[in-house]
Amino acid sequence: MRQVQALTITHAQLVTPAGVVDGALRCRDGVIDALGADVAPQDGDEVVNAKGKLLAPGLVDLGVFAVDKPAFHFGGITRAALMPDQSPPLDLPSRVGFIAKSGKPDLWVHPLAAATRGLEGRELAELALMQDAGAKAVATGRHWIADSGVMLRLLQYAAMLGLVVVTHAEDGGLVGEAAATAGEIATRLGLPAAPAVAEALAIARDIALAELAGARLHIRQVTTARGFDLVRTAKARGLSVTCGITPAHFMLSDLATADFRTFTRLSPPLRVEADRQAALAAIADGTVDVIASGHDPRGPEDKRLPFADAAPGMAGAETLLAMTLGLVRDGVMDTARAFALLATNPATLLGVPAGTLAKGLEADLALIDPDAPWIIDRRKMEATADNTPFDRQGAQGRVLGLWKGGVRLGASA
Amino acid sequence: MASTDLSAPPGRFPPGRLAFPHRDLTGIGKLARHEILYLLDQAEQWVALNRQSAKHTDLLGGLTIINAFFENSTRTLLSFEIAGKRLGADVVNMHAATSSVKKGETLIDTAITLNAMRADAIVIRHGSSGATGLIADKVDCPVLNAGDGQHEHPTQALLDALTLRHALAERGEGAEDFTGLTMTICGDILHSRVARSNILCLTALGARVRVCAPPALTPQGVEAMGVEVHHRFDDALDGAEVVMMLRLQSERMTGQFIPSPREYRHLYGLTSKRLALARPDALVMHPGPMNRGVEIDSEVADLAGRSLITRQVEMGVAIRMACLDVLTREARGVEGWA
Repeated sequence: MRQVQALTITHAQLVTPAGVVDGALRCRDGVIDALGADVAPQDGDEVVNAKGKLLAPGLVDLGVFAVDKPAFHFGGITRAALMPDQSPPLDLPSRVGFIAKSGKPDLWVHPLAAATRGLEGRELAELALMQDAGAKAVATGRHWIADSGVMLRLLQYAAMLGLVVVTHAEDGGLVGEAAATAGEIATRLGLPAAPAVAEALAIARDIALAELAGARLHIRQVTTARGFDLVRTAKARGLSVTCGITPAHFMLSDLATADFRTFTRLSPPLRVEADRQAALAAIADGTVDVIASGHDPRGPEDKRLPFADAAPGMAGAETLLAMTLGLVRDGVMDTARAFALLATNPATLLGVPAGTLAKGLEADLALIDPDAPWIIDRRKMEATADNTPFDRQGAQGRVLGLWKGGVRLGASA
Repeated sequence: MASTDLSAPPGRFPPGRLAFPHRDLTGIGKLARHEILYLLDQAEQWVALNRQSAKHTDLLGGLTIINAFFENSTRTLLSFEIAGKRLGADVVNMHAATSSVKKGETLIDTAITLNAMRADAIVIRHGSSGATGLIADKVDCPVLNAGDGQHEHPTQALLDALTLRHALAERGEGAEDFTGLTMTICGDILHSRVARSNILCLTALGARVRVCAPPALTPQGVEAMGVEVHHRFDDALDGAEVVMMLRLQSERMTGQFIPSPREYRHLYGLTSKRLALARPDALVMHPGPMNRGVEIDSEVADLAGRSLITRQVEMGVAIRMACLDVLTREARGVEGWA
């Protein structure tokens, strides 16, 4: 699927790094050819009138657990970085190579190489061979690497290869079998719980080791006030540390787990309200670099269980955009920064030529009505499973059209 | 033993279903103070019946009650079985060890299966917090929680309250509830559903509750449930009128929480000497099973007139009869409930 006819989208509000500007965007041969107020369609172009809606880069979703094309396309996601926690794990070049081609042409899947064989945290996997096979970064998976010696060698090796190391920040010893954050709610529910400081402990160690190794560290989800403080401080010191979050942790607190709703069983678990407020502050002040869906569709066999027995994870691809645009409406950040978090920054971390509306980059485009209201309804989801913690909530922001490499996907309006 | 009738005078509770508008009994946390008192009052008639030689009624004749126990139990299962049988119901016990749960059937499938057998009430014990509520959502009959993980064990808290109410009344200190009473619960609070249900029940009834455990066995944020938290047993005992001891739930512990049973006894064992720190006539309770010589010494557990431990077992049957009676009234077409 290659773009055969040049395309110009007119009367758009273009979401550029410098801000939102009125204008048009032209793409040709799958890449952005020109954009701005003075761009006009040329003879033979296909012309789409955006009617004043937002034209943004397609979302780059850093850290999903399943390739779920209908859900990604509903949510405006044109590239997804797949976590190595697959069955079998992405710890061999052949598996990485297969995954790297799996979504094309209408979705690009960027595999994250398993840091260690079998994701067991003991022996380094063949990172250089996996990089050649298409891995765009390295990830520790759903868990941290307990052995600090292994972690240091991993960071040193990844630094040599120029690969970002994506980590999960929870001290495994403290977490154990915990399904909740220690505190009043978990105590009332009688859920096995771990103190929130498990996150800060892991972050502190990984930052120290990354500094020693000169490595680039991306903490996939930071969810606690102390965790954000550590990242903020590391950034101020000029370290190459970035972090992400999923909408669940800035939208919900552990109050949502009352009544044992397993769709709110997440990893890391939902935190107290003060941590949620800290997450909003960290998004506002630039500490957070990436908002991702953490898309992890789970069927009833994983979720229709007692809370602690249920698998963690949420189907988040469809709600990522709307929840993030909610922060724009609430004044936490502006539209340009929202798309920096949703597309530009994750693309930069992965080193892929996309994620920004700029000449010469891939024409991965999302036409968005940021105000379109809809009700999130788990029975009407595109994802392979319905495990959204936002069921029945109102949301605003819908994708009207999506282009991958200049080619329109689906038959959306 | 003196038979004390503490039944409510007429008109104390709203009529019919309004007195207890719940289909299930999943936890004390879902009950209001007056609903707890209603169940206690309803149990009085069964306390009296159970002390007669002929202990049978046919109130629940023709109804089927399934006791589905996914976790081992002796006293609770027996207590529910006796309660159902004394009320004339057909009682069936399902043990997880011999059920298809071992063959990989999910909890939900088991619930649907039990439902299809047209049980009139299902009593559930399960090792996971919230399991009872999950089953209650999937079946058409009342569900009674006989203990779910570390969450709740409501009939235990109700029977403890009933026991205490009788003991206080016999001393001439009886009142409608426990306002002003100081009660110390000591033991493995973290892993204990009995502690949670008792905290909810006792505080709802006005008692001042202290909990005492080593820090590792004290759940974070438990003070938000309205209790005083202690780590030193001697402080927690000071002037207490009731002392409830809990055992260490080793089966729920991953990793080491205390160095040894001997050391635990040294710090938290209820000995006669320690008991003397409480009010001179303080009452002693324990939900069982006891580890004599660890959390409680035999001379305390068997202290005539002050240990309520066997009385708790007795009241357990009565309270479960009351719960089964109340929750099946709709199905039985009792006037005002159907």
